[in-house]
Amino acid sequence: MKVTFEINGTEKSVDVEPRTLVVDLIRTKLGMTGTHIGCDTSNCGACTVLLDGRPVKSCTLLAPMLDGKKVTTVEGLAAGGKLDAIQVGFHAEHGLQCGFCTPGMMLVGKALIEANPHPTEDEIRWGISGNICRCTGYMNIVKAIQHAAAANAAENTAGVA
Amino acid sequence: MFPAAFDYIAPGALDEVLSLLGQHGDDAKVLAGGQSLIPLLKLRFAAPVIVVDIGRVEGLEGIRRENGHVRIGARTRHRDVESATELRGTLDVLLDAAPLISDPLIRNMGTVGGSVCHADPAGDWGAVMLAVGAEFVVKSAGGERVLPAAGFFEGPFTTGLHADEVMTEIRIPVGSGRSGGTYLKLERKVGDFASVAAAVHVVLGDDGRIATAGIGLCAVGAHSIKATAAEAALAGQEPTDAVIAEAARLAGEAAEPKADIRGSAEYKRDVARVFVQRGLHTAINRAQGAAA
Amino acid sequence: MAVDTTEAAAAAEAARQAMGGIGVSLARKEDARFIHGQGHYVDDVVLPGMLHMVIVRSPHAHARIKGIDSSAAMAIPGVVAVVTGELLAQHKLAWMPTLSGDTQAVLATDKVRFQGQEVACVIAETKYIAEDAAQLVSVDYEPLQAITTPQQAIAPGAIVIRDEKEGQTDNNIYHWEAGDKDATDAAFARAAKVVSLETFYPRCHPSPLETCGCVADLNPVTGNATIYMTSQAPHAHRTLFAIVAGLPEEKIRIISPDLGGGFGNKVPIYPGYVVATAASLLIGRPVKWIEDRTDNLISTGFARDYYMDGSVAIDENGKFIGLRVNLLSDNGAFFADAQPSKFKAGLFHIVTGSYDIPAAHIVANGAYTNKAPGGVAYRCSFRVTEASYFIERLVESAAVELGQDPVTTRLNNFIQPEAFPYKSASGFEYDSGNYPAAMKVALDMLGYDELRKEQAEKRAKGELMGIGVASFTEVVGAGKGKDYDIAGLRMFDSAELRVHPTGKAILKLGVMSQGQGHETTFAQIVAEELGIPASDVEVREGDTDNTPFGLGTYASRSTPVGGAATAVVARKLRDKGKIIAAHLFEADVADIEFAKGKYNVKGSPDNVKTIQDIAFAAYTNIPDGIEAGLEGVTYYDPPNMTFPFGTYLVVVDIDKGTGQVKVRRMVAVDDCGVRINPMIVEGQIHGGLTEGFGIAFMELITFDDEGNCIGSNFMDYLIPTAWETPRFELGQTVTPSPHHPIGAKGVGESATVGSPAAYVNAVIDALSHLGITNIDMPITSDKVWAALRSKGVTE
Repeated sequence: MKVTFEINGTEKSVDVEPRTLVVDLIRTKLGMTGTHIGCDTSNCGACTVLLDGRPVKSCTLLAPMLDGKKVTTVEGLAAGGKLDAIQVGFHAEHGLQCGFCTPGMMLVGKALIEANPHPTEDEIRWGISGNICRCTGYMNIVKAIQHAAAANAAENTAGVA
Repeated sequence: MFPAAFDYIAPGALDEVLSLLGQHGDDAKVLAGGQSLIPLLKLRFAAPVIVVDIGRVEGLEGIRRENGHVRIGARTRHRDVESATELRGTLDVLLDAAPLISDPLIRNMGTVGGSVCHADPAGDWGAVMLAVGAEFVVKSAGGERVLPAAGFFEGPFTTGLHADEVMTEIRIPVGSGRSGGTYLKLERKVGDFASVAAAVHVVLGDDGRIATAGIGLCAVGAHSIKATAAEAALAGQEPTDAVIAEAARLAGEAAEPKADIRGSAEYKRDVARVFVQRGLHTAINRAQGAAA
Repeated sequence: MAVDTTEAAAAAEAARQAMGGIGVSLARKEDARFIHGQGHYVDDVVLPGMLHMVIVRSPHAHARIKGIDSSAAMAIPGVVAVVTGELLAQHKLAWMPTLSGDTQAVLATDKVRFQGQEVACVIAETKYIAEDAAQLVSVDYEPLQAITTPQQAIAPGAIVIRDEKEGQTDNNIYHWEAGDKDATDAAFARAAKVVSLETFYPRCHPSPLETCGCVADLNPVTGNATIYMTSQAPHAHRTLFAIVAGLPEEKIRIISPDLGGGFGNKVPIYPGYVVATAASLLIGRPVKWIEDRTDNLISTGFARDYYMDGSVAIDENGKFIGLRVNLLSDNGAFFADAQPSKFKAGLFHIVTGSYDIPAAHIVANGAYTNKAPGGVAYRCSFRVTEASYFIERLVESAAVELGQDPVTTRLNNFIQPEAFPYKSASGFEYDSGNYPAAMKVALDMLGYDELRKEQAEKRAKGELMGIGVASFTEVVGAGKGKDYDIAGLRMFDSAELRVHPTGKAILKLGVMSQGQGHETTFAQIVAEELGIPASDVEVREGDTDNTPFGLGTYASRSTPVGGAATAVVARKLRDKGKIIAAHLFEADVADIEFAKGKYNVKGSPDNVKTIQDIAFAAYTNIPDGIEAGLEGVTYYDPPNMTFPFGTYLVVVDIDKGTGQVKVRRMVAVDDCGVRINPMIVEGQIHGGLTEGFGIAFMELITFDDEGNCIGSNFMDYLIPTAWETPRFELGQTVTPSPHHPIGAKGVGESATVGSPAAYVNAVIDALSHLGITNIDMPITSDKVWAALRSKGVTE
């Protein structure tokens, strides 16, 4: 069946079986491999994408559920070659080691600080509790998200006359 | 793992959904948020012929207060209950339970009605709905029924819902009395199902006595359990430590836990007792602090 | 002329940061691709004509195979082949040698020997079709009694699991001993006190977020075999593939691209790799096999599952004089551990730990069970996790029985700083250490004395609070080739360095990062030695065509061995540079000095030639008698292991009503010698402390009486999220390794090695006044509740 949706600002129309998981649609049909598969029981969050701005597990979505929606993957973060604040934060604070959970973590982090521009550490840890990391122990991921929040705040302050 | 093949349809109107369910019966599965159904499909524990997606049907979402009820559209997402802060002081138990359901990503998609109909014995909403005395509005091509939560949960993944029915709304009676409640969940980590959980909802009379008490337990039986003996022991009583302790003991007795990797039956039963005890203290403190 | 020292200092610091040498917390060079979502993992590899493979696995722990019917599977459009053990047997591939000298079934032929064992492989055009077809492969099993513990396995009359092995009449695998039995017996005979502990280190799993897999591409025309593989040791794997599969070694290229974590899970050779390779050969198209999480947890190399009981003999002054440990190892159905071949129990004999114990005797036995094969994995440093856990738990018991603070017991028995290099009773020579110093830093950071006061006050009120101590010494950096080899391949490692005419460089390594930041830290070593900025040094790993032969990355060996090789090869180039500099200066080589990338003639420090000048000259102005170029390769044979150490302190509060344990504080003081990149070192420690936390409190693979595996997916195998994971407070001491070229010891596994005992000791410390002396991991809330209940404590 045909599914039409917007991904990273571009409209796409694909023909897939209804049973196709969105993560497989993204990785195999669209060839975008930044979204990862880490488990088979919807427990790890490596497959996280933004659906109409909200972080969801793309392994627990069927392709038809994308119809008419907007999807953002990690490939959509850097706009016009400029890194998103969340990407800058992860690099500056050593928020990644093997990089496998990183796309999902960055998308969750970005959505989190958009909804809550000044999160406490507890709110960050709660907000990323659907995303497993095996390498970092989360300490620097928290710092990375705080870094991005601070950068956004500075930019907003700078923008105010 | 991925699902076996199935047909898929996303009707724009409820009538069409009900017609399809009437036609296909057990061969169909209703898809709302998909956070319970899709994992089952992936493990191939469910292999429907057709998946009926109700995502396009209007009027199934939202939380509003009307005629002494809080009315929650069945397709309301967990996350939307979590952010319904206007419910604080009225239905504390809902606000305390919502953030503890699974993890934040699941809550962005999963729905209250979907979870209730899925009826996992460890599903959080089951305990909550029993505690608040909810009613479920269910529709079929043949008409509408209103099912009380008490008695709705019959067994593991088994409810009073017929194969040709869809839940459209959850109604929770909210009177004018001072109420308080909470939800306590023992989970091994975020995202785990409850090992033991207790939902408590208490309404105080003007005389300071307990007017009504609702206690729901999940993960300690073949389905969510309403601790009716404990509730009865509280009704009309002064909220003293002794009364609370006795109700908690009775609630523990109402649990029918099975020993498994999470702990012995004795352990789970005792945690249920401890949770009801703590929960009642919290609920009563909140109700006492609430404005009339 | 007065120089503004602040300005000069700031300038010097800026130059130091720009160079990115040792000690600089340089932001990682490899981050760019990952933050763009352009990490290149094995599942991202797509080749023309590529097929997909799914493995059909046994639902039984122990059963005879009566027959396999794949006709229904083959009938599905898009299915290309169904491979069974019978087909592999025709090519002598049904069984393969393991890294421990045993054999392992590639696909089961006669019997299945663990739940999840590989029985057949379906190869199809898409992975969805392969999965559909896999559901239709029908296997006729005759179930047999399953053995689910090593105790059952070694009991007389137990069913023989490996009945296909000639001469195998029981389930025993090995018997191994270390130390001195007579000296130890003598110590126990004269002991004033003997303290014993029986404990179990449960089965857990490295579970990297990226599962294992490969894309095998055998070109039928050229005979070239390119295998993209999740491999922590690509060169070793290539050689072993050549031997096992009979493929010509020069035709095999293994490419380990970006790896999404390893932790030892990606060291063994799994049946999936072998079948995918064989299938690609037989079919003539690339075959991709990527396991799902259930495959990973149910069949790949698990960790631990180790029964330990032992005693420490203590003299009248509270000094440890002897240590005995008995080990029973559950190795699963095949002995498939990757560990140095001379050591059946890995490096467990480090078990005397940080303590000066003059006599020790270790007896180790291994048994087969009807479970997945493995044991040595998950940041264990070759069984050092088990050893460290045991000694730190035993010392806790000793402290309780001696009526001492656990810090006092440790301080009384530490190997003292002046005793290094220290020869341990079990045969190690510890390179360097200062255990009291690390302990002191940790105690100060925690505010230990105040917390002990708080504990006493809480105890009086019936509240449960505990402080756990662990002072580990571990052993890494395998290792000197004479003593350490994997399947015969000696455990040297290598570095190949070439400086380009424009003064930039490329460094190729025999080790293999799975997230540890080698592209940055190894460039930093070159920057330090040669004065080429780290940003100008490209680092390559993982492609066997383009890197020197090495044994890979596991057991924290990259820095001790690969890092040493890098320093040595850089120094070779530095020294060749002196010859070139002498030529350019028209001076004597003996008069050339070098510092921070600059050469000068002795006595003329301001007249310099940079390393970049020298590099250019190496191609354009070469002195007579030497070759052009500035390039070298070093194969480094370490003279000894290295011995990182530390003290970890954990504070817990326990909920009496539910048994839940909350970690209030976790202070970790590590000494890994010189820190190349402090930021990366701390990241490694954070990760290890989190794995230790998971192991201590929630990670478990277990089995029911029929051998059904519980813990084969992430609903049951629990990995901590950011919410449960404690916040860590890190401290350090620096005691360089005297034998390592840059004094570094390695740190990748220290925190996983040292922290479980700290967490567990904290819980036991909270409960020991009630008479509770041990709770085995994972310490789940129900176990704590049961222990409290048994002593009459309840809410």
